[in-house]
This record gives sequence, C-alpha cells and structure tokens, in this order.
Amino acid sequence: MSMQANAPAVRRKRPIHLKDLTFDTINYLVLALLVIVTIYPFYYIFIYSISDSIEAQKGVYLWPAGFSLEAYRTTIGLPGIADSAIVSLSRTVLGTIVTVFCCSFFAYLITKDEMPFRKYIYRFVLVTMYFNAGFIPWYLTMKAYGLQNNFLLYIIPSALSAFNVILIKTFIEQLPASLEESAKIDGAGYFKIYTSVIFPLSMPIIATIAVFAAVGQWNTWFDNFFLVENPKLQTLQLVLYNFLNQSSNLSNMTTEQLNRGDLVRTLTPQSIRMTITMLVTLPIVLVYPLLQRYFVKGIMLGAVKG
Amino acid sequence: MEITYAANKQKAAKKSKLFRKDGMKLLLMALPFVAIAFAFSYVPLFGWIYAFFDYRPGIPLSKSEFIGLENFTAMLSDPRMGPVLINTLALSLLSIATAPIPMLFAIMVSEVKNEWFKRIVQTTSTLPHYISWIIVYSLAFSMFSTEGAVNGILFKLGLSDTPVNVLGNYERVWTVQTLLLLWKGVGWSAIIYLAAIVSIDSEQYDAARVDGAGRLRTIWHITLPSIMPTFIVLLLLSISNLLSAGFEQYLVFSNVMVADRIEVLDLYVYRLGLVTGDYSYSTAVGIFKSVISIILLFSVNFMSKKIRGQGIV
Repeated sequence: MSMQANAPAVRRKRPIHLKDLTFDTINYLVLALLVIVTIYPFYYIFIYSISDSIEAQKGVYLWPAGFSLEAYRTTIGLPGIADSAIVSLSRTVLGTIVTVFCCSFFAYLITKDEMPFRKYIYRFVLVTMYFNAGFIPWYLTMKAYGLQNNFLLYIIPSALSAFNVILIKTFIEQLPASLEESAKIDGAGYFKIYTSVIFPLSMPIIATIAVFAAVGQWNTWFDNFFLVENPKLQTLQLVLYNFLNQSSNLSNMTTEQLNRGDLVRTLTPQSIRMTITMLVTLPIVLVYPLLQRYFVKGIMLGAVKG
Repeated sequence: MEITYAANKQKAAKKSKLFRKDGMKLLLMALPFVAIAFAFSYVPLFGWIYAFFDYRPGIPLSKSEFIGLENFTAMLSDPRMGPVLINTLALSLLSIATAPIPMLFAIMVSEVKNEWFKRIVQTTSTLPHYISWIIVYSLAFSMFSTEGAVNGILFKLGLSDTPVNVLGNYERVWTVQTLLLLWKGVGWSAIIYLAAIVSIDSEQYDAARVDGAGRLRTIWHITLPSIMPTFIVLLLLSISNLLSAGFEQYLVFSNVMVADRIEVLDLYVYRLGLVTGDYSYSTAVGIFKSVISIILLFSVNFMSKKIRGQGIV
C-alpha cells in the first residue's frame, strides 16, 4: 500500500486480510463470552425471582418458569426488611451529603493562602491515605467513641477522605480567581463564597465524588457486621448475608413458617433469597448505566492524581 | 488566559493586614475537619500500645501488665501462623499472576471496531466492581451450589450426574477465589489500560500499517510497549499489598469446608481478637502485617526509582 492511499482525502478501504478477519472473529467471540459470563448470574437471579416458586425448583435457565410476583410481595412484608431498606437508604443519602460537604468545604479552605499552617494541615490530612492502624485498633476505637450500635458509625468515620480532598482541591485551584474576587468585593464571607461560587462551579468533580460515595455507602457492610447488633440498624446487605448463612432469625423463621404452612405454600427459601438479592442489587444496576461516565471519569482522575 | 489561584499567591502574600483576622477564621473553620482526621486515622494508631501489654477486656490498660515484645516472639511459636501466612501469600501471588489479564482484556476491547458492541462490553464488564462481596457471594451461591444453575446445566447436558460443590471444595478453594476476584475486577482494572491505549499517537499505527504490519504485530510492537509502564506501576503497587489479601472476600466465602485454606492474616486477626478475645496478640499480628507492608512499599518504591527513575508513591 502506498502512502497516498492512507491520506484522509482518498480514504480507500483497505483490503481485508484473512488474518485480520480471523483475529476479529476470535476477538468478538471471546468478548461476547465474557459478557455472558458477567451478566448471566444477574439475569439468573432476576428470572428466578419473578418465577413461580414451585415451578422454579425444577430448574430455571433462560426464561422464568411461570410468572409470579409473590416472592416480592412476601419479601417486602417480612419483618425487618422495610426497616433495613430505610437504614440502607438513609446511610446512603446522609453519608453522601456529609462526605461531599466535608471533603469539598475542607478542600476549599485549604486552597486559601491566608490559612495559617496551610501546608501542615494539608499534609496532616493527606498522610491518612497511607497508613491504617489495623482492624483491632479500629474496632476498639469505635467502641470507645460509643459508635457501637449507633447510626453515626455509618456516617462520621467516612466523612473526610484524603483522596477526595486532593481531587477537589486540584479542581478548585484551576478555577479562575476573578470569580471569587468579585464575590469578596461584595462582602461575602468564606462560607458564602463556598456555597454560592465554589460549590456550583465544582459540580463536575463533586458529582463524580458523590456517585462514588453513594455506591460505597450502599455496599458497605463491614461496620454493620462488626459493630452493630441492633436489628433496627441493620443494613440490607447484612440482612442478605445472614439470610444466606441461615444464621438469622429471618431465615429460620421463614423456613419454619414454610414448614408450618403459615406463608403461602407456594414459596421456597430460594425464591426469597433471590428476591432479597434483587432488592440489594437493583439500585446499583439501575443507576449504573446512567452514571457510567462519572465512574470512568473517577478512575481517570485517580490515575493522574500525582 | 485567566488568572488562576496559583498566580494569585503572590498577591495574597501582600495582604498581611487581613492575615490575622481571616487567618483565625479559616483556622477555626478547618478545625472540625482536622479533628475528624485525627479522631479516625491517628487515634487508632495509639491502639498499637495494646500489643505491648497483657490486656484483657474489662481491665483498664493502666492496670495491665507490660510485657514488651512477648506477643511478637509468641508469633514465632504460633502453630497457626505458618498456614495463615501460606494462605495469604498464595492468594496474593495468584491474584498478582492474573495481573496481565485485565491488560489483555483492554487490548481486546480496544481492537473492537463496532462502537455499540464496545460499549456493551465495557459497561457489563465494569458492573461487578460496583456490587458488594455479599452480592457476589449470593450470585456465586446461585450459580455453584449443589442445586445451582451450573450443576443444573451440566446435568441437563448429561455432562455430570453428581452435583459439584464448588464453594465448599477444599482442594480448589484458591483457584475458585482467584477466579471470583478476576470476575469482579477485570473490567474495572482494564479502564486504566484502555485510557492509556486511547492516548497512543495514531500516527504510529498508520506508519506500521504502511509498513504492512498486521493486527497482531501492531499490538505486539506498539500497543503493548505503550501500556507497559502502567502495568509495571500497578504490579509494583500490588506487591506492596502482599499481606493484605481481601478481607471482605474471604470473610464472606469462608465456610466449614474451606476455612483452613481461606484463613488469611486479616481473617486470623479478626478471629483472634473478636472471637477469642485476645486483643493484645491480635493487635501484635496486625502490627506485624502493617510493618511488612510499609517495608514492602518502600522497597518497591526504591526499586521503581532505580529502574524507571521515578517513584510510585
């Protein structure tokens, strides 16, 4: 092939090499297989949960066996499920708001040159990224603060993340200074400038951080597992975990009731397990495609933070 | 060009009159956040002191006996320490061995011409990263339990008549866990490589094509060398986390059948501390882990400086 043939003005189709065709075919096939392996478990849970429970026991593979929303109706009515859903939602909403506010306001303060000991304060927070006291000291400290069986355990410890502070600070420093100047001349204080100028302008980075914080909060169960026994403060994640391990009153109760025939005879524990899994997974799967671009942006920012 | 914050620094330095009043204000505003950082990241470090005392829950530390390094020497004669370290290293090394797979996956995705298909592959492969290990456990359970989907399919196709219990398989537990980790992370890890591939100068590819290179040869001579630095940095970072094999994953997937081979350092610390109540010794084991991690991080950073001329931290 000559150089000219590749010039954009005369875009001629390159002859398709047999080798390239083979390459493409294999490539597409392997990737398609990977997509199936990733998606199938989610799909399976979904079709099982909307299947007729008794029919499903004979095997569900590609299509729902019969159709029934009984599992959803029963699961939502199970004791504790609604409470846990509320706990999970509140920790997600409140935790995200608190994290976004703390990280962004602190990042703004740290960009101010008038801040005494600015460098030292910044480093003091930065260093927290690199060390971790370990599990037992964490556990004992949280207990000492009285955060055991306390909803605030879900909110306060994760309020300030050094990594987020770096990202927001870097973003604020690239904003034109004149915008803030004019607000200052109008006599606005730091907090006013933050709420009316800095926060709205930092929306791109704040949205990214909010999305990550929200997904993190929804998925976190560690704190709940080790420090919260109060069933009133149980998150959905842990309800699912206990149900899977049949260590919860809920699963024993369900099994018992099924044996006694209190629950509708047409429901198996498997159906309920699949349905709880759906309830925990659904919020993520639903928001995920919408927020995909933020996720990609997030990792990019992480990569170039240096 | 707008004047940015950075350029404003000199101006701000001259405003020493306002400095005092504004400075105090700023400091007071920043104080709560500094306090949070102190309370949740620095205070737990003081907990390391428990490792040097014979601390029992219920008895205050001031009344506990100082035993120095006794807990650390006890590790040497702890019969459980060996197997736990082997498990930790095996699982970590296996996950490091799979490190090239996300890179390979990224190259495959970047070679896809069809935009629609490319988006489908990227979106689906990243999804597992955003679900918790508990959900992964539930999904794996639905797939691999004795009455799960996989056994059903195998039975239906006449490939097996005895159900296989994948999650309770003592022999294969390391392999199974590594595959699960890969399933969860491959798409996410690939994003960074995809970004690196996108930023490769397309002229290089054009030149290679003019020289008559096929697809495989352009991948070998252009794509791979371009993303190698990224790969090396990530590999070095993963070496520094050698002893921090995923706590959550193994906690969730631990069961009676596989407990012995899945107990990694973090799990062992948890079991010692919270299940048997031996806070002092488990804190010591935790410190040992942290110290090794720090040493590894610094040596890896040093190596990176020697090889690449720049550190990774």
